[in-house]
Amino acid sequence: MTIEPARLRAGTLAAGFAVLLVAVVAGLGLGPVGIAPRAVLYALVDALPGVSADSGLSSIHEAIVQEVRLPRVVLGLLVGATLSVSGAAYQGAFRNPLVDPYLLGVAAGAGLGATIAITQNLGDGSGFTDLVPLSAFAGALFAVALSYGAGYIGGRSTASLVLAGVAVASFLTACQTYVLQANSDAFREVYSWILGRVATSGWSEPLLLLPYFVVAVAVMLRYRRALDILAVGDEEAQALGIDPRRVRIHVVVAASLGAAAAVSVSGLIGFVGIIVPHVVRLSFGTSYRVLIPLSILFGGAFMVLADLAARTLVEPAELPIGVVTAFLGAPFFVVVLRMSRREVW
Amino acid sequence: MPSITASGLVVALGGTSILSGVELNVAAGEWLNIIGPNGAGKTTLLRSLLGTIDHEGRIEIGGFELDKPQDRARVLAYVPQSPVIPPGMYVVDYVMLGRTPHRGIFARDTDTDVEVAIDVLSRLDLAGFAEREVRSLSGGERQRVVLARALAQQADVLLLDEPTTALDLGHQQDVLDLVDGLRRERGLTVIATLHDLTLAARYGDRIALLADGRIVKSGAPTEVLTADVIAEHFGANVRIINEPDGPVIVPASPERIRR
Repeated sequence: MTIEPARLRAGTLAAGFAVLLVAVVAGLGLGPVGIAPRAVLYALVDALPGVSADSGLSSIHEAIVQEVRLPRVVLGLLVGATLSVSGAAYQGAFRNPLVDPYLLGVAAGAGLGATIAITQNLGDGSGFTDLVPLSAFAGALFAVALSYGAGYIGGRSTASLVLAGVAVASFLTACQTYVLQANSDAFREVYSWILGRVATSGWSEPLLLLPYFVVAVAVMLRYRRALDILAVGDEEAQALGIDPRRVRIHVVVAASLGAAAAVSVSGLIGFVGIIVPHVVRLSFGTSYRVLIPLSILFGGAFMVLADLAARTLVEPAELPIGVVTAFLGAPFFVVVLRMSRREVW
Repeated sequence: MPSITASGLVVALGGTSILSGVELNVAAGEWLNIIGPNGAGKTTLLRSLLGTIDHEGRIEIGGFELDKPQDRARVLAYVPQSPVIPPGMYVVDYVMLGRTPHRGIFARDTDTDVEVAIDVLSRLDLAGFAEREVRSLSGGERQRVVLARALAQQADVLLLDEPTTALDLGHQQDVLDLVDGLRRERGLTVIATLHDLTLAARYGDRIALLADGRIVKSGAPTEVLTADVIAEHFGANVRIINEPDGPVIVPASPERIRR
């Protein structure tokens, strides 16, 4: 008898990387200046430190790929991967399909932080000295800490934590609305921040996000088997010899940290954290051993493609990426839902 | 093979006292059935042994107090009354969960883990179900799968919480016969809670009656299952028919018909 426990097959993993590569090449090659995929690949290899390859492109075109588009594509990839893997992990930790990484108030906290920074004119829009992302990050972490604190007052159940998150999010959104009403001249700028973007003028945003991305991804990959055990509920998980609360707090802290960092550099991009993990579940099954790695790859690819659409559909203007993720993602999700025969929740 | 001893076991949930000084001794290799009226705390008693709820008192398994969940899970395997079946999970993966206490939560499955799972699946006639989703199975098949997960733990003690609820008569017998066979084969110690008193008398060595938070009576089925005891603790009017292979408990005719 041959039986095979759930694991990520090499072919599936390769397919995930292939999809991501196609998205990256498209993101680098398409735009007002079209560049052939082959030249994009050479330019990409050439951009690696210590490697040189001749893309055959003019120096202007090479600069477009390496200096204009590449930071933006990398930022989109990191944001998409972080949000979708955090969403997958949150869904596993709370055993709830409707949960996204904003559950414990990350979005509301970041929104308040950004609104305060923008209305106080703390943003100079120039990379590391721009206080808007830092303020948003601080707001997001403050919100998660507040939710955890409030959740523990109401007992230690998962449900009380979720309810605390809802309460904290409402409270912080109310604060944000108040601050915004008092400074209505900043309305446009705040609104544009909220709708999200992965536009970047250089490497500062990707570099800001990178350490949190690495931590979130490393923790989630490490806990992927534990999330499969958590699927049988706390009591049975404990009877199987694990400490479910400890697993949950580690996973949720890492996911929140990642989501907070992603949101602080890109605004409130919705939908990715829910839709990408569910598309992966519907297509490849519900085991977190498969779901976590594939959410990273497909989340990255999805965001790069969404950003491509955001900057090319209404050229020379740009659509807010939060609009695009929902506008393209929702119909796509319905198609996958319709085609899949799996029962995933 | 470990024996299990609980002494002075006290559990209160939400300010209500559930167990108030349970004394329990189960010998290695014994099958003990715990009976008692609804709300007597049968499941709570199992959970205390398992260590999944806070309790006072001493629980020794094989002479040791085991505080770490992983240590307990290597010795105690639990079949809950209503197991949570994760959506989309295949039978093989569900059974492999039973390897958690040996594998740890971060390590990948070893060949031994897979061999144990295959062995258990074959033993329980589930080999053909390995690639099916657990949720797609019938009640009887599901119960066997949950039992398979417990056996994959290779623990010496099996804790069964109402293993026959939701099963028809034939499947009730199947499951209990299976447990009995495995117990003889592998020398397991079994502690089960059962609602059906006749089944409790038919399977296992000893019955313990849990009422008002204590073990009020414990012994051979014929000693515990008397009409008086059942009237007192279950508020039920029954007749006991003593068959060669154990007492049969039948509800007495309603008063008005008897008159």
